[in-house]
Amino acid sequence: MFEQIAFYIFSVLTIGLFLVTVFSKNVLYAMTSLASGMVLIAGFFFLVGADFLGVVQLIVYVGAVMALYAFGMMFFNVTKDLKEKTTSNIWVMIVGVSVALLMTLMFGGVVNPEAIYASLPINSNMTNPQAVGMALFTKYLVPFEVAAIMLLIAMIGGIILAGKKMDTSLTNIEDEELQRKDVK
Amino acid sequence: MDALMIGTIIKILIILLIVSAIAGFGTYIERKVLAFMQRRLGPMHVGPFGLLQIAADGIKLFTKEDIIPQNANKFIFSLAPTITAATAFIAMAALPLFPTFTIPEALPLIGGAIVPSVIADINIGILFILGTMAAGLYGPLLAGMAQSNKWGILGSARTAVQFLSYEVVTGLSVLAPIMLVGSLSLIDFNDAQIGGIGSWLIWQQPVAFILFLIAGFAETNRTPFDLLEHEAEIISGYVTEYSGLRWGMFFIGEYTNMVTISIIAAVVFCGGYNDIGFVSGWLLFILKVVFFFFLMLWVRAAWPHVRPDQMMWLCWKVLMPLAVVNVVITGIIIML
Repeated sequence: MFEQIAFYIFSVLTIGLFLVTVFSKNVLYAMTSLASGMVLIAGFFFLVGADFLGVVQLIVYVGAVMALYAFGMMFFNVTKDLKEKTTSNIWVMIVGVSVALLMTLMFGGVVNPEAIYASLPINSNMTNPQAVGMALFTKYLVPFEVAAIMLLIAMIGGIILAGKKMDTSLTNIEDEELQRKDVK
Repeated sequence: MDALMIGTIIKILIILLIVSAIAGFGTYIERKVLAFMQRRLGPMHVGPFGLLQIAADGIKLFTKEDIIPQNANKFIFSLAPTITAATAFIAMAALPLFPTFTIPEALPLIGGAIVPSVIADINIGILFILGTMAAGLYGPLLAGMAQSNKWGILGSARTAVQFLSYEVVTGLSVLAPIMLVGSLSLIDFNDAQIGGIGSWLIWQQPVAFILFLIAGFAETNRTPFDLLEHEAEIISGYVTEYSGLRWGMFFIGEYTNMVTISIIAAVVFCGGYNDIGFVSGWLLFILKVVFFFFLMLWVRAAWPHVRPDQMMWLCWKVLMPLAVVNVVITGIIIML
């Protein structure tokens, strides 16, 4: 009873918030609704008893969208509405509809209840984090490690791209020195 | 309704009321402690020892005019303080506060109700608390961006920087005790340290304890790391345009987070609410939490602010490697 009410509340709120993300012309509204939608998705995980995944969803997306805000802050005046430059509305519609169709076909298999089966059934003796750990480090060990290596590569790439002059602190350089550099 | 549900509702009410009151009382304690450390008297005029200053401040906050700047995004501007206050209290839902106890049958209406030590005993308590507290930083971020004020923007930029710096350290520093206990539930942490002072995790994990405290100070914007509203540099940062009750909600959120961090430090590292000899657990628990609260004020009086680049240097180049090394050493010791 409570679970069904909670499910419908979460569903309506999540869909509504993501609609705002897509349709809003204000960067601040779009990002805020994206963040709160991501947080509300954690609610679904809690409802089905996957507490650990719910909290991971919360922690990961709170941090990720925070970084998105930093970019929004740098590129836009967030208190004003944005004028989007759409060159061709027809193309936008064609691409949008075809992506939607593709998604429906891709996830359509899930709708058929016969097609759903657990490749790694839940062991009721294990707590949530243990079950996730078992799945990651036995059946899905190789994809897990490959993903870890990809993230490592991304991190090193980021450090190399951003890491010019990392050993000198800009705030420690005297003003005169900075001005001399500007003249050159 | 069964006994546990009534008890839970009682617990929720107690936490809401007491912690909000602590937020008010905390300002008084903070001013007094800082004053004594700086050889002043602090608030003295309103009431005995200035005690009624809390009431005066409260009345002032509630009756002030609520100003929303003209160019601000009004909806987000009014949403931001709620996020800070609400997430601070949501985090409290998974905190064990006192031992479970039953209200005596003699009392009318609520007699026989079992008051649990945790409102919602989810078995990933500590992650939930850290996650919700992290979500609380959306308050300052949105507040700064919505108020169309340069100082506010600077404040929210610093919020993002601070969040991305300390969050890694918090997670990694708590990871080592989690490995030792083998559970994410704070009740299990408490039960693992049941054997007196010698079994406290602080003796096995001193590095993790210090790292957690430093990251906790950054999480609650306490002074060595209060970049978000550093009044000497950016006026008041994200709260520049706020007044009255909305400003007060940021304040309540900050003090609630201070209490939360103190409680986590007490439960995870310092034995929780276990009895030691004849001294009962709840008294010890209050003393521990009060000590950590006092430590935050002490540090504020003793240390100057850091710059944002120093903060990032500290978190990424000093604390994070230390935390990783600590986790690796803990892992090796567990394996042996």
